[in-house]
Amino acid sequence: MTHQLKDGGQVMHLGMLARVEGEGGMHIEFENGHVKEVKLNIFEPPRFYEGFLRGRKFTEPPDITARICGICPVAYQSASTEAMETICGARTTNAIQEMRRLLYCGEWIESHALHIFMLHAPDFLGYESVLEMAKDLPEVVQMALRLKKAGNDLMTAVGGRAIHPVNVKVGGFYRMPTVAELQRLRPALAQGRDDALAAVDLVAGFDFPDFEQDYTYVALRGDRYPLERGSHVVTTTGLRFPIAEIPDHIREFHVEHSNALHAHFDGEPYFVGPLARYTLNFDQLSPATQEAALRAGLTEECRNPFKSIIVRTVELAYAFEEALRIIDGWHDGHAPSVPVAPRPGEGIGASEAPRGLIWHRYVIDADGIITDAQIVPPTSQNQASIEADLRKAAEQWTDLDDHMLTHRCEEAIRNYDPCISCATHFLDLRVTRS
Amino acid sequence: MEPQQRPKLAVWKFASCDGCQLSILNCEDELLQIAESIQIAYFPEATRAIVEGPYELSLVEGSITTPEDVKRIHEIRAQSGTLVTLGACATAGGIQALRNWADVDEFRSIVYAHPEYLSTLDTSTPIASHVDVDYELRGCPVDKTQLVEVLAAFLNGRKPRIPTYSVCVECKLKGNVCVPVATGTPCLGPVTQAGCGALCPSYGRGCYGCFGPQDSPNTEAMTRQLAQLGMSNADIVRVYRTFNAGAPEFAAAGDKVAAQAEGAP
Repeated sequence: MTHQLKDGGQVMHLGMLARVEGEGGMHIEFENGHVKEVKLNIFEPPRFYEGFLRGRKFTEPPDITARICGICPVAYQSASTEAMETICGARTTNAIQEMRRLLYCGEWIESHALHIFMLHAPDFLGYESVLEMAKDLPEVVQMALRLKKAGNDLMTAVGGRAIHPVNVKVGGFYRMPTVAELQRLRPALAQGRDDALAAVDLVAGFDFPDFEQDYTYVALRGDRYPLERGSHVVTTTGLRFPIAEIPDHIREFHVEHSNALHAHFDGEPYFVGPLARYTLNFDQLSPATQEAALRAGLTEECRNPFKSIIVRTVELAYAFEEALRIIDGWHDGHAPSVPVAPRPGEGIGASEAPRGLIWHRYVIDADGIITDAQIVPPTSQNQASIEADLRKAAEQWTDLDDHMLTHRCEEAIRNYDPCISCATHFLDLRVTRS
Repeated sequence: MEPQQRPKLAVWKFASCDGCQLSILNCEDELLQIAESIQIAYFPEATRAIVEGPYELSLVEGSITTPEDVKRIHEIRAQSGTLVTLGACATAGGIQALRNWADVDEFRSIVYAHPEYLSTLDTSTPIASHVDVDYELRGCPVDKTQLVEVLAAFLNGRKPRIPTYSVCVECKLKGNVCVPVATGTPCLGPVTQAGCGALCPSYGRGCYGCFGPQDSPNTEAMTRQLAQLGMSNADIVRVYRTFNAGAPEFAAAGDKVAAQAEGAP
């Protein structure tokens, strides 16, 4: 790869960002040594989910919207079931909520382990991929695969399979897993919790650039650290409002360089994801995970996106702890679902996908047919913050050569664990210097 | 074998959810072994490193929905020895093929404020509609064991051993109670290809067709049975039109019921 400044157009192709989910590009323009314009181009082809959901039945979104993303299908299933249950006035049981949280723990474990070790750690350790890492660091990679497998096995036990689980429906589940099925997972989950807590120390030892940012963090808040649901949305600007009021604050808009809609919170860019959840809900983490975070040098607030890998690992350990708690408290005989009859109306469902707040809004008619659907995934909401970070990274590291600058900018994007299928696959970085 | 002598594998993505290629990374027990027998030459989701083509094996995920992608799939075919498509999007057009029955201009304006920014086709079509495909692996998502079988078959120069019979066979093998017979739950199992291990019936729900039509589906009888179990015509059309809506047998069955519904309101 050569990075010669071309005469005339002064556009350089500096390579592509890999190890993200989906397809997109990045464009940076320099003028007189300063960054003039930054664009995160998302050219992942549109699939029009919100279009074809119209005319479908209110019971279908858990299966249909799961297909938006193979990495976080449960996030879509949780947000859509909650929205429909809200519209129809159905009240699920504590047991159903616990089982949803357990399934969601499986998704967090699988997705966080994938991103921490297979997509993000190679940046800090200087490898092109986890497969290359495996030659020098076989124990780390074996551990990573073990952690990821524990998450997939948990999703399989509860949901039937790890990608696009089949056991979720509006109202609950088709069948509750048994104590015996869940207890079989216990040894791997206990090992996973210990491995994840140890991994917090491992990733805390990576080199992090100084890159503290003044983001507005937005996350769910409830009676527990938010995964499958929350009762409110909270922000670092001091707002707290119920889920139903999300559309009053978050507005989507369409920009030319992206097939994913952008979003603003009260007219400004905002940030969703592990850093936001952690900063807004640190008090709800368990004693062991709080202690691991503090030992890793974090405080109760984390504003350096490069350190998101530490926060993700803390959350990974938390998800293992939660899974163990739920499994150990489980007993057989709970009804798998509550009946849900359609009722016309509008409703919102929200959950914390591994990469941040996701919310769905639906309108259904008296026959339970969907007349309007809106799906807002985390990566769309984070696009403006990603672009702001890219601008700052490019300004801060202007003196780097193009090759190193590309690396830095790629890392700045990977900090978000962007899911571009949800909102990109490889990013083609273009830098214009004039 | 030295890495350079191993056959080169490339993984490509079109309109899709990433789930099928994630299935490769989900082979936690087999991944390092796979990497020892094959050279992962192009797989952006997993690695930054790129080895130039041609590639002995290309795995393709996703459906064709843009003019640029029509061009790209031909370029990929030209530099691939064996080309295998993965999953319902690549083999049948995926759920996004629902646009084939709709007005795409309307979809565009429902989702996007500035439809003029988008470049998209009116249809979502499988890879085989555009280029020759050597093998199509079904599923939404593909089954991990079947995926490893496809890789093993390729490395050993043989055909993959993938059954094309119905989900019903898997239910019998598993000893499942038949959900439509026992509980009156509508089930697409009789017309759907096996591969999932009869997952949904094992959870007490009816099959919803993730692996597409089996090799000789009797959709006439299926439609009759779904109606007998109390499904309306609109419901029956919807069950045929999901992740494999574009598979010819499911498309025809859905169209027929839709036409009857229009003829007899």
